[in-house]
Amino acid sequence: MLFTLIFYFFSLLAIGSGLMVVFSRNPVHAVLWLILAFLSAAGLFVIQGAEFIAMLLIIVYVGAVAVLFLFVVMMLDVDFATLKAGMARYIPLGLLIGVVFLLILGIELSDWNSSEIAPDLRQVIQPADIQNTEALGNVIYTEYVFLFQIAGLILLVAMIGAIVLTHRKREGVKKQDVVSQMYRDSAKSVSLEDVPSGKGLS
Amino acid sequence: MEEFLREYLAVLIFLGIAIGLGIMLMLSAVVIAIYRPDPEKVSTYECGFNAFDDSRMKFDVRFYLVAILFIIFDLEVAFLFPWAASFSNNGAFGFWSMMVFLGVLTVGFVYEWKKGALEWE
Repeated sequence: MLFTLIFYFFSLLAIGSGLMVVFSRNPVHAVLWLILAFLSAAGLFVIQGAEFIAMLLIIVYVGAVAVLFLFVVMMLDVDFATLKAGMARYIPLGLLIGVVFLLILGIELSDWNSSEIAPDLRQVIQPADIQNTEALGNVIYTEYVFLFQIAGLILLVAMIGAIVLTHRKREGVKKQDVVSQMYRDSAKSVSLEDVPSGKGLS
Repeated sequence: MEEFLREYLAVLIFLGIAIGLGIMLMLSAVVIAIYRPDPEKVSTYECGFNAFDDSRMKFDVRFYLVAILFIIFDLEVAFLFPWAASFSNNGAFGFWSMMVFLGVLTVGFVYEWKKGALEWE
């Protein structure tokens, strides 16, 4: 009973904040609502027993992806006046696409047969006396080793791609060179001059 | 299953307290606080002079690069958690598969270090 209540609480929270992501005027507020949607999805995962994925959602999505979205929103330099001006022009096309998607969904759902064992499959497979994270770790690194290595390669490609796309050398910037600072010798850079009295040092 | 969810009861209680406290603070601000708006009071304040322009402006793309690199290393660390949790069950093969994974990402790390992507100038 309590679990059902918690489930509906988190799902309503997820749907409500998802709607607010779409409808909020300020894109920064939309990102904040998106964070709430991620958090409620994490709650839903916990209820299903997928503890590790829930924590991953909080660490990766809330901690990192949401920050990235905030950066994008701030970098976009959104001008609301021009956005609203384009609205009237694109509304027929947008409505058409929306109706098409709604029809596809309707066809899909009207012909939906769920298997008898489906409700049980929805739960996380939980071996007895083992934590969720440990159960995942037992298979990822041995049984699914190739998928795991492919994940590593994808991360490598993402890293190199991000650097290639956004990093460029800037000319004429003064930069600290730590090594040359440390190797600087006082004997070479400081000298004692004998200044005759009444004359300056040229 | 129920047993496992019972461990999260404390989290649920704290969630309730946090939501309750947040709502209470906002409501008390609405009810108790004195609110006498004034054009000067509610206008944007920027160190004594009028705001120059909109607060939304273009950022340098380098912030974005730092954020992306952070996400990638965040994911790398996320893979380390289950590895550490099941370390004793996986044996030498599990250990070396993680070492290869870390090695691949170290190649990327060396690349970005040498490219100077971690430096701000």
